[in-house]
Amino acid sequence: MSRQPLLEVRDLVVEFSTENGKVRAVDRVSFEVFPNETLGLVGESGCGKTVTGLAILGLIPSPPGRIAGGSIRFDGRELVGLPEAEFRGIRGRDVAMIFQEPMTALNPVFTVGNQMIDVLRRYKGLTKRQARAAAVELLAKVGIPAPDKRVDEYPHQLSGGMRQRVVIAMALSCDPKLIVADEPTTALDVTTQAQVLEQIVKLQQEFHMAMILVTHDLGVVAETCHRAIVMYCGRIAEKAEIGPLFGQPRHPYTVGLLQSIPRVGHGEREDLAVIPGMVPDLLHLPRGCRFADRCSRRKARCDEELPELDGRADSPSRVACFHPY
Amino acid sequence: METLLEVRNLEKHFPVRGGLLRRVVAHVKAVDGVSFTLGTGRTLGLVGESGCGKSTLGRAILQLQKPTGGQVILEGEDLTAASPERMLEMRREMQIIFQDPFASLSPRRTVAQTIREPLDVHRIGTPAERNRKVEELLQVVGMRTAVLDRYPHEFSGGQRQRIGIARALALNPKLIVADEPVSALDVSVRAQVLNLIARLQREHGIAFLFISHDLSVVEHVSDEVGVMYLGKMVEMAPAKEIYRDPRHPYTQALLSAVPVPDPQRKSKRIVLTGDVPSPMNPPPGCPFHQRCPKAMDVCSRVVPPVVDVGGPGQPHRVACHLHA
Repeated sequence: MSRQPLLEVRDLVVEFSTENGKVRAVDRVSFEVFPNETLGLVGESGCGKTVTGLAILGLIPSPPGRIAGGSIRFDGRELVGLPEAEFRGIRGRDVAMIFQEPMTALNPVFTVGNQMIDVLRRYKGLTKRQARAAAVELLAKVGIPAPDKRVDEYPHQLSGGMRQRVVIAMALSCDPKLIVADEPTTALDVTTQAQVLEQIVKLQQEFHMAMILVTHDLGVVAETCHRAIVMYCGRIAEKAEIGPLFGQPRHPYTVGLLQSIPRVGHGEREDLAVIPGMVPDLLHLPRGCRFADRCSRRKARCDEELPELDGRADSPSRVACFHPY
Repeated sequence: METLLEVRNLEKHFPVRGGLLRRVVAHVKAVDGVSFTLGTGRTLGLVGESGCGKSTLGRAILQLQKPTGGQVILEGEDLTAASPERMLEMRREMQIIFQDPFASLSPRRTVAQTIREPLDVHRIGTPAERNRKVEELLQVVGMRTAVLDRYPHEFSGGQRQRIGIARALALNPKLIVADEPVSALDVSVRAQVLNLIARLQREHGIAFLFISHDLSVVEHVSDEVGVMYLGKMVEMAPAKEIYRDPRHPYTQALLSAVPVPDPQRKSKRIVLTGDVPSPMNPPPGCPFHQRCPKAMDVCSRVVPPVVDVGGPGQPHRVACHLHA
């Protein structure tokens, strides 16, 4: 891929001060997102995936958090250190977001239409009537039946899946170049999740957007992303295109994750493969590889040094491990 | 196979009050005529989406919510007709594991106190024996006895769930209702807890009613699987059978909707339209007909009967006009 990246994150460090000391939630993370591509950010709770997404949106709550190092370049512009007033011109317009829980993203006292019309008037300079027509059209695009009726309803009148569609419609309303979607279907039932995911993939292609999909679900990643980053304890463990990531995973953590998922239709009730132990406390991180404690391929060097991603920036599969598969 | 639990036509309807006089204006039929049997030491997986009544069914079986109709027969005794005193005794036989390990443990009790409580309540053994039992239980769930005097906040989600499981095991129950026991856990920890549950079942011969929205998890632990939709059991069969050959269109859609961690898989997904209807106002006929890709005329009029489409000794029950 020799295209120009839309988003370039270099050595990003995000720290939070807590009562017990400073916690590095994201530790020198680098990646890029190209136009029209969907990048998955996967990992378990506390791995730093959500914080990475928030950093891109300039939404790290400060205090206690702060971006302690690195750079985030979006469309040629440096976002780290950008004054909030300027960030507002980008957030919502060029970079939009979809959160996990749609009810917290919608204002319960305004109708769906009111909230969308606000955004459209503000960012696109439409008149009220134009904005309303545009809102109805967007609702239709995200697959809401009877959009001209739904536009006048309040969020509580909609089901979870419908609400998430409204949030997606709002995110799309300013033709963003990049969408950061944080667990967009986690709060939904499987059949609804299938509907919404299908819609997201379709819209991403139709609107030629880039997307960062933050999720804990490797199934969702396999079905929607082009590339993915597996995070562990604030670090990138593996960064690869979807084919190699699922076909020949190289990091012992990725391998462990994939083996520990029960799969539909596998039939036999044998014990699941398990990653022993637990994620280490971010306050007391080991000196060497953060996964070493739980790893079956651990050697002396793993306890001494922190592995960096191998290979060249453009290789299809990169891994931060001294003894990868 | 010996029958441990028999559920006959169980109903749990919640009244909905409205108007000035708070009169009952409607009923939410959370569980509406569910029947099944569960053998000793077997696991029935119960799947369905939010609001299908699977959790209410679990609670109604344990009599944590009094059923409004039907019978729950545990070891030949009808729990719905039992006196409060008898019920207390019967409760020793059945326990529950909750979804959220952060909400189901008292933050002010140590691990030892939490696990000991059922033994104290039912006055089992001497205090010294109880303490020994607590230590034994901790080892069963794979925790060190050094944690006995610690409090829940010191543990991760997976460890808390183990504590909850140890508590459920304290009275050597015959039946455990596990309500989404691994849904709040991360993938790598989830596998540990699932293996633990599978082992307990093998070694202690406990029957499980395993409630989950996650079809892959259910398959992994269950002997049989029941699928619920709007308060009704729409399909029930041995686990292998239901995943290999789902008969109800809802089960088929549900199975095809699960995202699979394999980019090579060519998905032939059945995407349902619309949402689950309100259980307060379920549609006439088959509860699924409005969203069913194979709906026929009769589906909107007549409630489909439950028929057995399985082979001999392999009951596969389905409530669908396609098979009636």
